[in-house]
Amino acid sequence: MKFITALVVGWLLIGAGNAALAAAKPASSIPASSLIQPAELAATLRSADAPKPLILQVGFRTMYVQAHISGAEYAGPANGESGLQRLRERVAALPKDAVLVIYCGCCPWDHCPNVGAAFAALRELGFTQVKVLYIAENFDDDWVSKGYPAAKGP
Amino acid sequence: MAPDFARADLDGKAVHLAEYRGKLVLLNFWATWCAPCLEEMPKFSDWQRAYGARGLQVIGVSMDDDTAPVKRLIARHPAAYPILVGDAALGESFGGVLGLPLTYLIDPTGRIAARYQGSGDLGKMEAQIKARIAHISVGPAIR
Repeated sequence: MKFITALVVGWLLIGAGNAALAAAKPASSIPASSLIQPAELAATLRSADAPKPLILQVGFRTMYVQAHISGAEYAGPANGESGLQRLRERVAALPKDAVLVIYCGCCPWDHCPNVGAAFAALRELGFTQVKVLYIAENFDDDWVSKGYPAAKGP
Repeated sequence: MAPDFARADLDGKAVHLAEYRGKLVLLNFWATWCAPCLEEMPKFSDWQRAYGARGLQVIGVSMDDDTAPVKRLIARHPAAYPILVGDAALGESFGGVLGLPLTYLIDPTGRIAARYQGSGDLGKMEAQIKARIAHISVGPAIR
């Protein structure tokens, strides 16, 4: 039954023009060693002494405008080639050992169409210090509602 | 109270939430990139067909950044209820739509009766709908 459901949803996604999404790398492809938990990132952001990573939201603008991690930049959804290209351009001038944190939070972790593809793209470019914020359910429950640093706006 | 809003649906027809007072409204925020949302939508169409005459009105609000993929998907897989394209302002009016799927059940007086974040228990959701529409005196359909 689950297999049939997956087939139907995959077909719907392709029907929506998101063929890249349907074939995207799942978030589960990201190794555990490359994940960072929300509480850990929030503590880093609140610490006066800790060096701050470059934080890139690789999700959707409608979500970013409503709320994003304080200081995070909008990189755009990595579920398509245009978003991935925008991400590549943003990091093109950075040293390969730059500390990067990417996140999305559009939907439950296992269903996120963005973080897996964004992580793979950054690793392919040679970035060695890429962390992915582990958002189990969504950006509201796992970040905003916990009182972690957040901002609004484009 | 649920915040009021007015938007045109994909057919260009005006949808004004306040005009559905007297009905039980299932307001579903979704997006074409949200796999769990796409799993739920056929069931919402089923419910609209089954319970629409008894006072249920489903409204779908896509939170896609663009309208084009929404139109493509709905053209291939029509929904039995109006589909609107939302934006950040509409999301913020509901306290922030920061993860999908997100569904509200709005009672006939316009109050938010339930909020379902994430892939909910559709059986439980349907049971709540059936229990609430049992108390609705049905007026003329808007759509």
